[in-house]
Amino acid sequence: MTDQASRIAAGPLPGGRNDLGAFPRGFQPRDRDLQPAAYFPDYKSTVARSPQQALLSVPQTMSEITGPVFGHGDLDPLDNDLIRNAQVDGEPIGERAIVHGRVMDQEGRGIPNTLVEVWQANAGGRYRHKTEDYIAPLDPNFAGCGRMITDEHGYYHFRTIRPGPYPWRNYRNSWRPAHIHFSLFGPAFATRMITQMYFEGDPLIPICPIVNCVSDKKGVEALTALLDMTANTPHDCLAYRFDIVLRGPRQTFFENRPEGL
Amino acid sequence: MPVTLLRETPSQTAGPYVHIGLVPSAAGIQMRTQENLHVVAGPQTEGEPIKLEVNLWDGTGAPITDATIELWQADGKGRYRHPLDPKANEIAADFRGFGRAVSDLKSGYYVFETVKPGQVAGPNGEKMAPHVAIALFARGINIHLNTRIYFSDEEANASDPILKMVPPHRRETLIAERKPGEGTAVYSIDIHLQGEQETVFFDV
Repeated sequence: MTDQASRIAAGPLPGGRNDLGAFPRGFQPRDRDLQPAAYFPDYKSTVARSPQQALLSVPQTMSEITGPVFGHGDLDPLDNDLIRNAQVDGEPIGERAIVHGRVMDQEGRGIPNTLVEVWQANAGGRYRHKTEDYIAPLDPNFAGCGRMITDEHGYYHFRTIRPGPYPWRNYRNSWRPAHIHFSLFGPAFATRMITQMYFEGDPLIPICPIVNCVSDKKGVEALTALLDMTANTPHDCLAYRFDIVLRGPRQTFFENRPEGL
Repeated sequence: MPVTLLRETPSQTAGPYVHIGLVPSAAGIQMRTQENLHVVAGPQTEGEPIKLEVNLWDGTGAPITDATIELWQADGKGRYRHPLDPKANEIAADFRGFGRAVSDLKSGYYVFETVKPGQVAGPNGEKMAPHVAIALFARGINIHLNTRIYFSDEEANASDPILKMVPPHRRETLIAERKPGEGTAVYSIDIHLQGEQETVFFDV
């Protein structure tokens, strides 16, 4: 493996990334009615981990409207192929799947060259993690870890094994719907987002306390990938489409522009 | 009908297995083992080398062992590694500006190796005190928590425009203490998600 750490540290800003004229003045405020509340007692882990004081609203400064920039040099060629990136002695078990979509801002413009990181359980619902002890077996040929950078129009794609549902210690009989975790950056630290993607038609979706932290039905729909028969690989992979919207630029037509911003 | 924009995708918790995706070696996966994402700066970076220690606590007083803490900061001259910063091209090659720390999965101790940042422009162009921006992800956190860490030995804290918006009795929750001792300077801060010492979290 190449020394990715040094490349991340030493890499010049990738070409073409200076055209951020669309983001000079910060980002739309977060819709806190749509975003899940910190405290949601049906998801028990939130009880001791949710701040009790109101969030303090502060102006966006250079510290928020800038953020890390990653380049293709930071990645290995197999990083977006979870079917192959951890193979030891054969193919991983389970349903082969392509997941693809577009990362865009709130005006529907694709966000180019932004890092997308994904992680998930294997086909049996088992995560490859030191602290995980579910009875379902590990797959020696699957790690469940991937990443990619969107193209110039904001599109991404990766290949994987469809994850299985798994039980978790919330209520006595709680099961997570099959899901893939997504981590996104966008153009700034203010646009950072981590979320989960679900699969259309999974009956566990409406009864999951974590899903239900999002109270708005359309919000849950936005987290649900649709089967995409137009993007399958025949005799190989089903495809699912998952688009992601990050905070868009704020318009400030007549605002004074202080020096330094 | 008012003008509407697309709605931001809702957040979901990063969950207990966040390491698989963000720091796979911490999950026990033999991938990207060369990446030391908690190292933000190298020897060529301008600024005083420091260790920044964070101890993370839940509302019951228990350490949070399964979080990921992300950091974003300027170098010692107040320059961000980002195209919006006109001086970005003057930054030393070994300054990343971005960091990601996890614990040993048993304690709530997280540490960054970095430099103390310089001052950068605030909301009205005035200088802000040196600080790093923080985003916190973990099981039980539905949408990541944003906060800042300032430094105890900075006179500029008194005039920082963001700190001044924080009620005075809560400002100290944002200030890392410089530990006495020789060698690399160490700053330490406790982040409490709840309780009397609850850290101030921001809606940015």
